[in-house]
This record gives sequence, structure tokens and C-alpha cells, in this order.
Amino acid sequence: MTKVEAIIQNSKLEPVKNALHEIGVEGMTVLEVRGHGRQKGHTEFYRGREYTVDLIPKIKLELVLADNLVEKVVQAITSAARTGKIGDGKIFLSRVDDAIRIRNDERGEGAL
Amino acid sequence: MGKTYVLWLIILLPFLTFTPRMLAQTASAADQNARLAKLEQQVASAQSSGDNAWMLTSSALVLMMTGPGLALFYGGLVRKKNVLGTMMQSFALMAIITVLWAIVGYSLCFGSGNNFLGGLHHLFMRGVGAQPDPDYAGTIPQQTFMIYQLMFAVITPALITGAFAERMKFSAMAVFMVLWSFLVYDPMAHMVWGKGGFLNAALGGRFPTLDFAGGTVVHVTSGVSALVCALYLGQRVGYPKQPMPPHSVVLSFIGACLLWVGWFGFNAGSALAAGTLATSAFVATHFAAAAAVVGWAGAEWLRNGKPSALGAISGSVAGLVAITPAAGFVGPMQALAIGLIAGVFCYWMVVKVKARFGYDDSLDAFGVHGAGGTLGALLTGVFASSAVNPMFKDAQGNTLASGVLEGNGHQLLNQCVGVAVAWGLAIVGTLVILKIVDVTIGLRVSAEHEVQGLDLSQHGEEGYYWEVSA
Repeated sequence: MTKVEAIIQNSKLEPVKNALHEIGVEGMTVLEVRGHGRQKGHTEFYRGREYTVDLIPKIKLELVLADNLVEKVVQAITSAARTGKIGDGKIFLSRVDDAIRIRNDERGEGAL
Repeated sequence: MGKTYVLWLIILLPFLTFTPRMLAQTASAADQNARLAKLEQQVASAQSSGDNAWMLTSSALVLMMTGPGLALFYGGLVRKKNVLGTMMQSFALMAIITVLWAIVGYSLCFGSGNNFLGGLHHLFMRGVGAQPDPDYAGTIPQQTFMIYQLMFAVITPALITGAFAERMKFSAMAVFMVLWSFLVYDPMAHMVWGKGGFLNAALGGRFPTLDFAGGTVVHVTSGVSALVCALYLGQRVGYPKQPMPPHSVVLSFIGACLLWVGWFGFNAGSALAAGTLATSAFVATHFAAAAAVVGWAGAEWLRNGKPSALGAISGSVAGLVAITPAAGFVGPMQALAIGLIAGVFCYWMVVKVKARFGYDDSLDAFGVHGAGGTLGALLTGVFASSAVNPMFKDAQGNTLASGVLEGNGHQLLNQCVGVAVAWGLAIVGTLVILKIVDVTIGLRVSAEHEVQGLDLSQHGEEGYYWEVSA
């Protein structure tokens, strides 16, 4: 099993969600997060005081998948979330040892 | 014989026929007088009802400026952890000042006394009932006048809270405001508006200062006291390095809109009647606010490239402050001018001057109310028009010039006296009170509590409770 963590632009959540549904992904967790990579922040002015906002709002998706789905999912996310500009985000993959369905103690890929 | 009889009859005939008619006429004249008197009474009573309706409405509008208007305006400008603490300061003053006012405050402001302070004969609301006080407002019950003036006494100290936001103990705030109300507000209100006050323009003061709705009494006193507080208390922990942007400009936006609407009660209500002067002040108020939005947001647009929502609403408040002393003395075009100047001037005060000197007037109580109030009070002396409001008359009752532009250069001097008295009283009074509170119960929360926020440390609650819903 593999965990896919994708950090994407806020506006790309709908396209990515749709692309994932199309290839049969059944579950995901979505988080509103803040952070920055190489993309620079922006400045805001309140009564003349300048504030640099370098932690930018982003969307983080978390999915745990059977290994055979991973490449298809990565492709779906990159093609749906890409604009070609700095700030499109990143995808991280990592191994997952086990999964447990709380309802009935089912384990492994069957619990996904 | 018969001839004589007929002659008598002819002579008497007119009397016989007319006498009842003459008697009737006398009776009907008395009747008419009575009816006239009754009519006059009815007209007076109708006017009184009309004026009273407007003044009660205005009283409610001015209360709405403090809560929720100012509470929301200030509440949105602070950080999330201080939102309740900040709103609570305004709300608490609605209660505390009201109690003081009922017991002694009204008497100290509006009872006849000496040049500087009112007497004590209205203590505990004695003699404040349905009868009008013709020196102040001859067509409304004195009780209406009293409750209207109370709302000014409430909002004035509440304005100061913007300067020491996010770092003052609630207890210290409460004690400070009680003392401030006695030492600064009551004397200033008496001097400008009370019987015998030496700045009173309507009742023949020595230096007649034109202050229609409280430019000096409300905004200069609160704004200058705010600056003194900011300097005395020092900066917030982390200021100016740590970013402290407003946690919700949305709340401030709603608050500013409520302030704008409430200000019609503040300024147009200061006509103390529902007549043409109220209309004129209403129009001036609205025009100045609008022009100040253009001024502030325009200046910001030129300098930063973007007109901000916070800039626009701050501009409206600056314009409303500046027109306050002038509202009942100037026409619509002068109001536009005052508003535009105030918008640009207050923007400059808040953005440039504050940054230059580094004082932490957290929510710009001085930059908007102190600076805008001073500017407005002086411009009132320049723009005041006798056509709008004939304030000064000679012995024959002829109207004299009001402002500098009409040829009464002396008025600017009177305005300066009023402003100087307000500045002096605010500085000295506030310093003394701060010192007293500082050495007795202490002014600031501990650094730890400040970081934690006033909501939790002062009130044991949170403005935005984090709840996982089932």
C-alpha cells in the first residue's frame, strides 16, 4: 500500500477530485493547509502597515492506495492540477505498513 | 302721546335687536380666545411630539454607535484572541457610564454651575422630568435631553479603548474610565454645552466655541487621551516586528456602516429638534463621510496601488469625526470640503505620522479622532455660515458673521481656545488618572496574559470556540 500526499492549488481541488473519481478512487481526505515552497508570498496592507504573507493557503489531499493504482492516480493528479507556473504544488509517496477498518477490524488492502 | 310712543320705539328698536347680538359677540370673542389658546397649545404639543420622537430616535441611534457599531469596528481590528475583550470594553461602558450619569454625571455636565463644571442640583436625576429646560431644548422633556446626552458620554470613553487595545486589564479600564468621565468628559461637556460654560457659544460664553455635536467635547478629548494612553502604556508585546493584522475586516466593515448610520443621530440629533437645522446637519454629515472615503481611499490608491476596504471605512469615520463640530453650521459644499480634507489628513496621520514616531495607538483612536476632531473643530471656525445657522447676533438682533470665510476672523481664535482647552484637559487629566490606576491596581495585563489574549485571561471565554460537531 502507498500513501499519496498531494499539495495543490485551492482552485484545483474540484478538477483533481473529478479526475480521481473518473479513475475509480473511492476515498480521500482533504485538508486546508498553509505553507510555501519556492513560490513567494504576497504583501497585504492594513492602514499603511505592510504585512508579508509567505504562508499561502493550499489544499492537501491524502489517499492510501493499493500499489497497482498509484501511477494512474499520480498521473490524474498532475494532469488535473498543473498550470505550468510556480506554486502548482507537490506529490509525496510513502509506504504504508497496514490499514485497519474500524467498523469490522478488516486489515490490509481490503480495508481501503 | 301715540307719536311719542312710536318715536321711543324707533329709538329703542336698534338696542332691542342689537343688545343680544352685542352680548353674543362679547361671549364669542372670549370663546375665540379660548379656542385660540387651545389651538396654540395643540400646535406646541404637536411640535413637542415631533421633536421628541426625533430626539428619542436619535438617542437610540447614538447608543447603536457604541454597541454594536464601535464594538464591531474595534473588535474586527484586533487579533482573534482579543475580540471579546475589545467588544466588552465598549459594552461595559454602556452600563458603567449610564449608572454614573444617572447619579451625578448629568448634573456635573448640564446643571448650572461655574465656568468649568456644573452644579449638583440634578443629583440622582432630581428635577429632570417631563418639563423642558428652555436653555437647552425648549420643546422636549428634559428627560429626553438627558438620555440623549448620556449616549455621548458613553461613546466618548469607548473611543479611547482603541488606543490601549489588546493589553489593558479590564479592571484598570473600568476604573480609568470612571475617573476619566469625571475629570475630563464632564468638565469639557459643561464648558462647551452647559449653562455658564465659558466656551458655550449658544449661551454667551466668554470664548464662544462652535461645536455642534462634539468635535472638541467628544473627539478631541477622547483622541488626545488615547494618544496619552498609548504613550504611557507602551507598545504591545511584539509590536512592531510581529505582524498584527486585523482578524476580521468584515466585522469592522459592519461596525463602520453602523457608525455611519448612527452618526445621523449624533449630528442631526444635535439640532435638538426635528426642524430644518436637523436636515441641514444630516446632509452635511452624509456628504462629509462620503468625501472622506474618496479622500482616504484615493490617497491609499495613489500610494499603494490599491484602494482597501479598511481604508474606505476608516475614511468614512474620519469624515464623520471632522464634520461633527461643523454639522449644524455649514452647507453641503463646505461639508464636502471638510470631509475630503479630513480623509487625506487622517490617512497621513495614521500611515505616516504614527510610523514616524512609533507609538502603538493600536486601532488609531488618536489618528482618527484626535487628529480628525482637531482638524474639524478648526475648520468649523473657517467654514461656519450664518445663513445655515445664525449663531451670533448684535444688540439689535441682526445676524453677525459666523466663520472666517464670512469675515469673522476672530472665530478661528475662539476655536483654537476650545481645542487648546480640550487638549490640555485631556493630557493632564489622562496622565493623572493613568498614574493613579498604575500605582494602585496596575494598568497592563502580564506579558503572559497578553500573549494568551484578553478573552481568556480577562473574561475566561473565547470569541470563537473550537467545537467538533457531532
